[in-house]
Amino acid sequence: MSLTRSEEWYLNMGPHHPSTHGVLRFVVKSDGEVIDEVKPDIGFLHRGIEKIAERLEYNQIIPYYDRVDYLAAFNASWSYVMAVEKLLGIEVPPRAEYIRVILGELNRIISHLISVGSFALDMGAVTPFTWAIREREVVNDIFEMVTGSRLTYNFPRIGGVYQDVPEGFREKVLQFCEYFPPKLKEFNDLITYQKIFIHRLANVAVITPEQAIAFGLTGPNLRGSGIKYDLRKNRPYSVYSEFEFDIPVGTGEAGTLGDAYDRYMVRIREMEESCKIIKQAIEKMPDGPVRAKVPRKLKPPVGDVYAATEAPRGELGVHLISDGSSRPYRMKIRTGSFAAMSIVNEVSHGLMIADLVALIGSLDVIAPEIDR
Amino acid sequence: MEGIENIYTYLKGKFGEGIGILDKESRDPWFEVKRENLREVATFLRDDPELGFTYLVAITGVDYSKFVDVDYKGKLCATYILYRLRDSHQLIFKVFVEKEDPVIPSVWDIWRAAEWHEREAFDLVGIKFEGHPDLRRILLPPEWEGHPLLKDYKEPEEYRTPDGYLVVKTHRPDPLRENNESDQK
Repeated sequence: MSLTRSEEWYLNMGPHHPSTHGVLRFVVKSDGEVIDEVKPDIGFLHRGIEKIAERLEYNQIIPYYDRVDYLAAFNASWSYVMAVEKLLGIEVPPRAEYIRVILGELNRIISHLISVGSFALDMGAVTPFTWAIREREVVNDIFEMVTGSRLTYNFPRIGGVYQDVPEGFREKVLQFCEYFPPKLKEFNDLITYQKIFIHRLANVAVITPEQAIAFGLTGPNLRGSGIKYDLRKNRPYSVYSEFEFDIPVGTGEAGTLGDAYDRYMVRIREMEESCKIIKQAIEKMPDGPVRAKVPRKLKPPVGDVYAATEAPRGELGVHLISDGSSRPYRMKIRTGSFAAMSIVNEVSHGLMIADLVALIGSLDVIAPEIDR
Repeated sequence: MEGIENIYTYLKGKFGEGIGILDKESRDPWFEVKRENLREVATFLRDDPELGFTYLVAITGVDYSKFVDVDYKGKLCATYILYRLRDSHQLIFKVFVEKEDPVIPSVWDIWRAAEWHEREAFDLVGIKFEGHPDLRRILLPPEWEGHPLLKDYKEPEEYRTPDGYLVVKTHRPDPLRENNESDQK
């Protein structure tokens, strides 16, 4: 007869760990394989963008937002220009809004592709990641054609976008909309509906709807817990009210409502919805200018403004406080990853250490967005 | 209940002096909540069926010491942004404290999201949240000195790790800093 002795011990995970999606560190207190407590240690990528912004003119800050979330750079800088436009009361020309919607949704697709691809990679399936990257390249080409860069675009401007889309853009985007849904189906056949993958994720790391709201989760993480809340529908900005699309939510189809598989499925379905939006936007896109007349020297009124867009990782909000000068007095960035990281300790109690990787992957956090 | 003015009147009727000024001029209007009443007001905002602000978006720590001439100039402030999910109503309120006594009661158990946002406000602006379970730096390293988003913050000349290893030395003159000794060398 053997006596088993159980003892709590600490495990250091990260900052250099392949499944931590950037530089994140977790101090895991566990009893054998079962986690008792996880202390996330963040800040490795803190660049002080909020402090830098206090010394820059309003229009000089835009490129910094590309670095807030480099996988969805367009959505991030869109939030910022929207906040400044709201502060100054600038009307954006409709064509610019349509270009923003198309590029924003394309950016959502490639961001989700990385997310689901690397999530499968974390779970031990290597091939889906390379397939996701292959699809992403097609969109990267479109972005390169429009903005000149493939990762950090620096494309939105206060009052519109930098320039009109080039010739052939429409055809290329429509071509992608035809090309992508079959490829997504192929991807789903490869991994999403695979039995091992489903069993790996069902009932793992369940976040209840009450927890999701209390911790301020947003985006696919909130909707994965069954709450139908999407800024594009609930607080319509830009021209989103003109399009028809669904908001996919988690239903607990594989196990429990709010498990890792639900959050994964929301992202897969959102990519289909984004395709729908892009098609409608391309058809409806009006002619006209792409930039409103904005004075060189901006003189905003004194006061607060908060504006947010639905970025791939949830609500990316910008809180600006202006003192009437040409520089923001205080700028706060509210990101979805920051909220998602704060729930890790709450959810991980009782998980296996290997399931912590599933939790982090399913939350789709990205380090520069947490640390700013 | 909709509209910041209606909510303000409703809260004013309930808490009287506990609710301070209302700024309607701001692009997103906000009102002030007195520090002593913060926890009561926060619980009421969350639980009252008329209000029901269950979702905390963010807490922004602000140093108003170099702001334009207003009553609250020179104070520290925590700005709370809330949502009501059922109709996406947004609400902003502020709590002001003196710089010498930067203590605000924590609301981490009312909105759990506040736990990390309060840590961030403590880290960057130096507001101490009373009753917070784990108030330590979150974005900066634990040994960092000062709170960088304070308006009188001076950037360190060099940065060393706890065991003395030099990581960064800055010599760049700062055009916005007045009477900087290192600039004149």
